[in-house]
Amino acid sequence: MTDKALPATEPTHAGGTHLAPRRYFLFALPALLLMAAVIISPWLFTLVMSVMEFKVGGAINFVGLGNFTKLASDSRFLESVGRTFWFTVLAVVFPIGLGTAAAVVFHRQFPFRGLLRTIFIMPMMATPVAVALVWTMMFHPQLGVLNYLLSLIGLAPFAWVYDPNTVIITLVLVEVWHWTPLVMLIVLGGMAALPTDPYDSATIDGASDWQMFRFITLPLILPYIMVAVVIRTIDALKVFDTIFVITQGGPGTASETLNIFLYLQAFQFYNLGYASAVVMVFFVIIVALSLLLLYMRQRLKWNAA
Amino acid sequence: MSRIVDRPSRRFVVAGAAAGLAAPFLMRHEALGQSGFNWKRFDGTKLDVLLVKNPRSDLLQAHEKEFTALTGIQVSSEQIPEQQQRQKAMIEFTSGRPTFDVCMLALHVQKRLAAKGKWLDDLRPYLADASLTSPDFDYGDFAEGAVGFGRQADGSVDTLPHFIDFWMVYYNKEMFQQKGITYPKTMDEMFSAAQKLNDPSKGIAGFVSRGLKNANIPVWTSWMLGQGMETVSPTGQLQTDTPEAIWAGEMYKKMNREVAPPGTVGFNWNECQTTFMQGRAAMWLDGIGFATPLEDPTKSRIVGKVGYGVTPPGPKGHHSALFGDGLGISRTSTKKQAAWLYMQFMCNKGNQLAMLKAGAGSPGRSSALANPDAQVGSRFSKEYFECLAASGKIARAGLPQIIPVTEFRDVFGVGLTNTLSGADVATELRKATEAFKPVLEKSEQG
Repeated sequence: MTDKALPATEPTHAGGTHLAPRRYFLFALPALLLMAAVIISPWLFTLVMSVMEFKVGGAINFVGLGNFTKLASDSRFLESVGRTFWFTVLAVVFPIGLGTAAAVVFHRQFPFRGLLRTIFIMPMMATPVAVALVWTMMFHPQLGVLNYLLSLIGLAPFAWVYDPNTVIITLVLVEVWHWTPLVMLIVLGGMAALPTDPYDSATIDGASDWQMFRFITLPLILPYIMVAVVIRTIDALKVFDTIFVITQGGPGTASETLNIFLYLQAFQFYNLGYASAVVMVFFVIIVALSLLLLYMRQRLKWNAA
Repeated sequence: MSRIVDRPSRRFVVAGAAAGLAAPFLMRHEALGQSGFNWKRFDGTKLDVLLVKNPRSDLLQAHEKEFTALTGIQVSSEQIPEQQQRQKAMIEFTSGRPTFDVCMLALHVQKRLAAKGKWLDDLRPYLADASLTSPDFDYGDFAEGAVGFGRQADGSVDTLPHFIDFWMVYYNKEMFQQKGITYPKTMDEMFSAAQKLNDPSKGIAGFVSRGLKNANIPVWTSWMLGQGMETVSPTGQLQTDTPEAIWAGEMYKKMNREVAPPGTVGFNWNECQTTFMQGRAAMWLDGIGFATPLEDPTKSRIVGKVGYGVTPPGPKGHHSALFGDGLGISRTSTKKQAAWLYMQFMCNKGNQLAMLKAGAGSPGRSSALANPDAQVGSRFSKEYFECLAASGKIARAGLPQIIPVTEFRDVFGVGLTNTLSGADVATELRKATEAFKPVLEKSEQG
């Protein structure tokens, strides 16, 4: 029936996809137009803006690469890039480690497993701004519940986000609490799909639980972990709401990441040209990192091993 | 006559009832007629109003029905949180086609921006036009300081200062009594009082104020006003690295490091408020607009114990840092005259008094502050009203009247925050001054 529907003069796919008729592109046109409207044109506009000096309410002047050279010598921008990477590394490594461990635990059979799994994934369902507001109250150095709990076990109060030296690690703590369940879900999904044969063989060979995890489970779930790493990396790089609500980039600039810096330039100081240059740099960083991670994921696929 | 009273006829009762029903309408008509002002000139007009989300805007919205009944003008207003409202105003005014006729502006941040961008209409022609301004409006009733705060450099008046906020000192009277200390008479005394009241072992700080960058600027400028100096001179020169500014910076540093609770480096007004309200600090320097929750028994542990002190004098001056909001008419509005009626009504004597009585903030009108009715049934003590009146007399701008106020707050805010981690005040202020100078110069050029 399908064959009859095909026009006799048209080449078939068996002859090679490169011969696909041009009119087929019409079907892709709506999607292309949509892409052009919502992705490509704003991106091009940002690119154009990045070579302009444009402050809302002021004149627009072409400055070439001026904004980029200014960025290269802007210590606050450079520090925010370094801080973003540091925050991202921590906000990826900890949830990945803890999420994988949680997945291994929840993969086993034990009483109330379903209930505990549900409770475990609950943080993920909360709105980031609401989560941030609650944590802000808990971090209060005098009246927060966290320091109260520390006092119960005889520990001195901690400054949490109110100290430039501990603010990043504390913000990472919020991220870990919020997003470890997502990693657990991804890895758990991967573990459910694992074949049982290698484990049967290993059991017959007398392998220990650790050996089975280290030499069978971990290599097999690595592709899933890489998916989680990609998602977490992109999420951590672009995190804004949590940091803005809790610290607004402070104390001082101690938690000012690229996104906070960008927000300040664009929506507080209205330096749209300079902010567009920041966006372009950020775009390049995100693309480069994503390509690197996708390459690594490809390398870790089962069939590529 | 006595017969009528004793045994009223049916006709008399019916006539009396009719008169009773008609009385409110007749009286209202008479009230309007007394001033001879035609509030109905723009009957049927629809106004759009952009407000900042706060208790004062709640009151403005509550008065809308009454305004519509009086004028026939329909009002569509929206309240947007402060930061987002400022962005919306900026973007819409810059676009040249704002979607609102009336806008609420933070004078301490947007005053010069509004002038530079020609956002708002000059209100002087409206004030001078007897057909547009009700005789009982009495513009002269607005406090001189508030009017001066809203007036632009060229003399134009583009806002009505409906709300003003003074920085003062909240203090815990019980803690002061326990230590036998009286309210400080100078800024230096304030530090020594805070030292005596500071008791970290009991979790009590002698003093609390904002440390978070940007939010911390008014703390520093309050100290600097004690030197009789603002951060920018009347000729537009930065005075942020002068000995006076450094003295104020040192004051900021020692008050927030030596006698403050741990973590003030990240405190905004809300953390300070919570700390003070829970009886964990003896003094709190901030705007008087934050007083309401302190006297709310469901939120505060120090109800009835709060003292309201005027900011003490410094070595060379005695001032209270002034902030405020104004209402203005969009220059591109096609309903400017109706918008002017809206502003007149919302800022009339009755509504300004209502704002004060509700604890929603300090109104721009002197008559509201002087009105003894304000204290009747108020949750605030007499001291609160005295503090308001006294602060009003010595008020001076708490932020520089420049275009890049936000950058100023950011750059100097970061420098001041760094001092709380031990950095040298003079070095930080000089560094910040150097960084900000080109931004200021550029803003004045373009």
